[in-house]
Amino acid sequence: VSAPGIIETQTLEVSIGPQHPSTHGVFRMDAVLEGEVIVKLKPVMGYLHRNHEQLAEKMVWLGSMPYTDRLDYFCSMSNNWAYALAVEKLAGIKVPERAEYIRVIMAELTRLLNHVCLVGFLLQDLGAWGTPLLYALREREKILDLFEAVSGSRMMCNYMRFGGVRVDVDEQMLAQARRIVDKFPAFLDEFEKLLTTNEVLMARCQRVGILPKQLAINASITGPMARASGVEYDIRKVDRYGVYDRFEFRVPVGEVGDVYDRYYVRVLEMRESVKILQQALRDIPAGPHQNPDVKLRNFRVPAGDGYGRIEAPKGELGFYLVADETGKQPYRYHVRPPSFINLTILEDMCLGHKVADAIVILGSVDIVLGEVDR
Amino acid sequence: LIGSVEILRDAVVTAVPGVEIEIVSSAPAAQQPALLVDRAHVLAVARFLKDDSRYQMDICSCVTGVDYLKQGYIEVVYHLYSVALKHGPVVLKVRAPRELENCRTPSLTPVWRGCEFQEREAYDLFGVKFDGHPDLRRILMWDGFKDHPMRKDYAPPMDYEWEPTPHDETLERAQSQAGTIPPSAAEAKR
Repeated sequence: VSAPGIIETQTLEVSIGPQHPSTHGVFRMDAVLEGEVIVKLKPVMGYLHRNHEQLAEKMVWLGSMPYTDRLDYFCSMSNNWAYALAVEKLAGIKVPERAEYIRVIMAELTRLLNHVCLVGFLLQDLGAWGTPLLYALREREKILDLFEAVSGSRMMCNYMRFGGVRVDVDEQMLAQARRIVDKFPAFLDEFEKLLTTNEVLMARCQRVGILPKQLAINASITGPMARASGVEYDIRKVDRYGVYDRFEFRVPVGEVGDVYDRYYVRVLEMRESVKILQQALRDIPAGPHQNPDVKLRNFRVPAGDGYGRIEAPKGELGFYLVADETGKQPYRYHVRPPSFINLTILEDMCLGHKVADAIVILGSVDIVLGEVDR
Repeated sequence: LIGSVEILRDAVVTAVPGVEIEIVSSAPAAQQPALLVDRAHVLAVARFLKDDSRYQMDICSCVTGVDYLKQGYIEVVYHLYSVALKHGPVVLKVRAPRELENCRTPSLTPVWRGCEFQEREAYDLFGVKFDGHPDLRRILMWDGFKDHPMRKDYAPPMDYEWEPTPHDETLERAQSQAGTIPPSAAEAKR
């Protein structure tokens, strides 16, 4: 509509990514802009696709354990656990109590480092160059040292095995873990003092990228994203896998479902993780770290299918496995990646916002392209 | 889950008349029996499972395909959970013939938005066409790609980048498949 005083504009198609630091890897957003406002946005992925699933179908069951590290390379411990859990479900393997505790400790440490990094990178996307991210990476470094002490590797841990974990943890490592965990709340207080009531952060994050509760459920959104929208659903509470029924912790839930809620739910989740860790590190029993009946060499699984899932830091991480009659290799191996499915509603959240907001919204989804593209 | 899978099956049969339904057992230890539903009724069954107050399967957690080469069909598997009632999973299976032109099944994206990307992935990797899907495009492989790489009879080319020199089947395949490399360029490289 042309009228005096109104400048006519054309819609503009912008391809954001794949080589762009704010897309957190090789990820592309095809955006259509009206002025600076997004009217259409299509995520484009697959740049890191390596057919992880087919690789796994061509080797024995244990062979793909190291490859699960490379899915979400921040959270190799919880990826290992999800795969081990699914295979244990298929084969009916029991896990000794000490191994269950070690798994909980590793998974919760992973949640701490994932969330702390996410907050750091989110602030990086907001333009707070360096400072919050470096505080976050400092804390992550301490946890990575623990991982290195138990598994020999900082990021690609390859630590869990069917029926337990690869090596036992020693008392020295547990003492170090207790020290780190006990100091973590003080760090969080400091971090929150810097961020939670920060005026810029509030202005940029509140009422931005709102995800309504009903849409979140219908679009299979899981993890902190869903909980920020008010969906009270935590697989640790619902499935009670491992020994999670023994710990006292709460599930933080947001109200509005905007970027700020997603930030704050993650901060609160870290506080709950600290509680779980303190209980687990206090109660960890002595005993074997691996079920001695499980022969990992020439490992076989009875025919049939099964689905196992855990509450990974990014959401529901599941493995759907099918074994054929030989049972030597997976006949079908499917990963249900939380960050891939959480991208389903990226367009819905971005419509009507500015380009700079889209970057922040993408940051708050928390994607890792190793997992999105597989 | 409230009651056994047999009760669920009977409830589905009453709610969706004419449905062909069968219980498929899972691995013995996993205890996740599935409902195998015919293609014509799967959408009605999905709507029933989502809306029925006893089940309220409001979240479709996982969608994937499995290629059963010997049996001659591709199975699409849906894992449903209920956030409202905190139970699950209900496993819903649909079978489509392997031949590409007949390999189609109704999309469940109109019922659960969460199927959108996952069905696109199943289409991309297995070649299952989902009727009624709003935006059925490749998602992981590139647009010019012709095959469906997760099918069990898929033969990968020797080298995707036609290096160091394409020859024999790889050259033929590259030329017929992609059409992106003009014959003269292939000749020159040779």
